[in-house]
Amino acid sequence: MRAMLSRLRHMLVKEFIQVLRDKRTRFLLLGPPVIQMVVFGYAATLEIKHVPMAVLDYDQSQASRELVSRFEGSRYFDVRYRLTDRRQVADLIDRGEVTMAVEIDAGFARLLGKGETAHAQVIVDASNSNTALVGLGYLNEVAGSYAREYQLASLSRTAPLAAGGLPTIVLDKRPWYNTDMSSQWFFVPGVIGNLMLVIVMTLTAVSVVREREIGTLEQIMVTPIRRSEFILGKTIPFFLIGGLDATLISAVGTFWFKVPLRGSVWVLALGTVLFLLGALGIGLFISTVSATQQQAMVTSFFFIMPAIIFSGFGSPISSMPTFLQYLTLLNPMRYFQTVLRSVYLKGVGIDVLWPQMAGMAAIGIFMLSVSVLRFHKSLE
Amino acid sequence: MKEGESPIAVRGLTKSFPGVRAVDGLTFSVERGEIFGLVGPDGAGKTTTMRMLAGVLTPEAGEVRVAGCDLVKDPEGAKQRVSYMPQRFGLYEELTVDENIRFYARLFQVKGKACEERAARLLAGAGMSEFRGRLAGKLSGGMKQKLGLVCALIHTPEVILLDEPTNGVDPVSRREFWAILYSLLGEGVSILTTTSYLDEAERCHRIALLHEGRLLFCDTPAALKANFAGQVLSIVTGDPRPVASLLEGRPGVGSVMVVGDGLHVVVDDPARVAQLKNELAAAGVTASIEAVAPTVEDLFVEAVRRGKG
Ligand SMILES: Nc1ncnc2c1ncn2[C@@H]1O[C@H](COP(=O)(O)OP(=O)(O)OP(=O)(O)O)[C@@H](O)[C@H]1O
Ligand SMILES: [Mg+2]
Repeated sequence: MRAMLSRLRHMLVKEFIQVLRDKRTRFLLLGPPVIQMVVFGYAATLEIKHVPMAVLDYDQSQASRELVSRFEGSRYFDVRYRLTDRRQVADLIDRGEVTMAVEIDAGFARLLGKGETAHAQVIVDASNSNTALVGLGYLNEVAGSYAREYQLASLSRTAPLAAGGLPTIVLDKRPWYNTDMSSQWFFVPGVIGNLMLVIVMTLTAVSVVREREIGTLEQIMVTPIRRSEFILGKTIPFFLIGGLDATLISAVGTFWFKVPLRGSVWVLALGTVLFLLGALGIGLFISTVSATQQQAMVTSFFFIMPAIIFSGFGSPISSMPTFLQYLTLLNPMRYFQTVLRSVYLKGVGIDVLWPQMAGMAAIGIFMLSVSVLRFHKSLE
Repeated sequence: MKEGESPIAVRGLTKSFPGVRAVDGLTFSVERGEIFGLVGPDGAGKTTTMRMLAGVLTPEAGEVRVAGCDLVKDPEGAKQRVSYMPQRFGLYEELTVDENIRFYARLFQVKGKACEERAARLLAGAGMSEFRGRLAGKLSGGMKQKLGLVCALIHTPEVILLDEPTNGVDPVSRREFWAILYSLLGEGVSILTTTSYLDEAERCHRIALLHEGRLLFCDTPAALKANFAGQVLSIVTGDPRPVASLLEGRPGVGSVMVVGDGLHVVVDDPARVAQLKNELAAAGVTASIEAVAPTVEDLFVEAVRRGKG
């Protein structure tokens, strides 16, 4: 037992010297994660503002000009071009100069005046379906509110009494947890998870295979070290570095982006620790089965991509095909995303999050055990 | 280890990789206080043999007993008493010389004064005492190799396995290397080394030639030379290469090898001298021919040739 602890301790000393002696490596472990957190925090957002648009007004009436000025007045749109010819639209969209074009048909004001349906066409560049969808929504809202007000205004002129009794349905929005519906609040906790995964996976994925490549693994194998001591020696440093990075980038989320941490720090910490176990286990597994560092890097890349996509970070899991939804149960990132957002924004505790915690613990323990079993003190 | 048992005893050792039988029915043993040299061309199976003796590769068939431990049953059993220096020794380049030594020492539970004294003695023997604080990555190739030896020997092993330890080491350092090895023999160790330098093979107590996984012969250098079937002729001539191609394949002529500005030719009978003189004269070549004692190199080249034929 004493011998085991002593060997493990010297494994750790060696690992830490290796990681921390070089000034550049030292910086690389802490600098880029924080910088990326800041950059991603700003970039990762679903909000659409200043969508460039073109307007093609065939009506040239007061009513149509009024509608256009509403687009101009909205912070969602930037009316960049006023066109006179339909053929110009395709060109502007192709070149990406505008994302949408609104074409107001001749007779718009006349139909509106008669109380009939007035037409306007929207042409939208849907190559980014999200932008297109959200942009259309805004557009509808602007046009709808214009129509309503127009109706009210004309009614109050012709039949002032009826105007008051016009039936309307107003959905009172009561967004919980994120009252401003700020997508930054939604994304920043998610980015913490992504960064943790990338950092810890890439560090551990190369750790064992690196020793294989430089030849020290063969040397280690002829010492009396046990494989669990070796694997622990490889795991603990990255676990600590991962924990430190997690603290730093969560601090950026809280103090820089002002995302409220409504739940308990300890629940968040527990979730992070359990998630780190899974990420370390998978990274180690990749490292023990890879023959070269390059192989390990490519393999972990092919894991990280789907792990993020199928975690609910961007698009919700509930809108994925059913069998993929089941597959996501094997993804530790899925549980961590839930934990992050729930603790940050909903402020819930273990009583709610225990299934996620259990899922991550199971994956972590399983992968770490597999890595230890898979790692033999043998060159085959 | 039982009384009278060889520290290294190998019987019928076999190992295949896909498409190649790397080691094929190897049988030999190494005694206490002996340096045993394993020699052979590239791909002969030397490294594969060493790895099986070190317990990092599982034999396919055969018996391996190292330091009294059956490695087939218990590959971990001998690790504390064995030292293995791989062909490419793994040093941690970010660690200093001292830190590398200490790391390997601690994995073997060597510490305190015993560790300090042994490290100091080995480093002095390697002529590296003044580099203890230097990063391993900043050492020259030969020094890295010597540091590898120091790390491998830090735990006072009984059996030492060295895979081409002096590869890329300059002649002065090689002498230091061998001095360290001889000094260890005083501790009663057994050393098995592979080498591609045949002058080093002559320094071994016994040598074995490995070719395509099989042992072609195994004896002391003196006995091998004495039992050599054939005669080595040294031919000195202006341009040896055309002469070599002239002689290859002639009746009674075995291996032909360019050595410096002359040739070593193995013939079946010393009486062939007259025949060769006539043939060279007929080809218009002036050369002096003289019978010499075989070197280890001659033995190997001829044995490999016969092994192929
Ligand atoms: N891990 C492996 N997988 C497949 N083939 C291998 C492996 N290791 C060795 N071999 C093959 O086994 C044979 C013997 O290799 P080995 O490394 O033991 O030779 P060697 O005598 O040490 O050669 P060298 O002098 O070049 O070091 C070679 O044909 C080699 O290609
Ligand atoms: Mg070799």
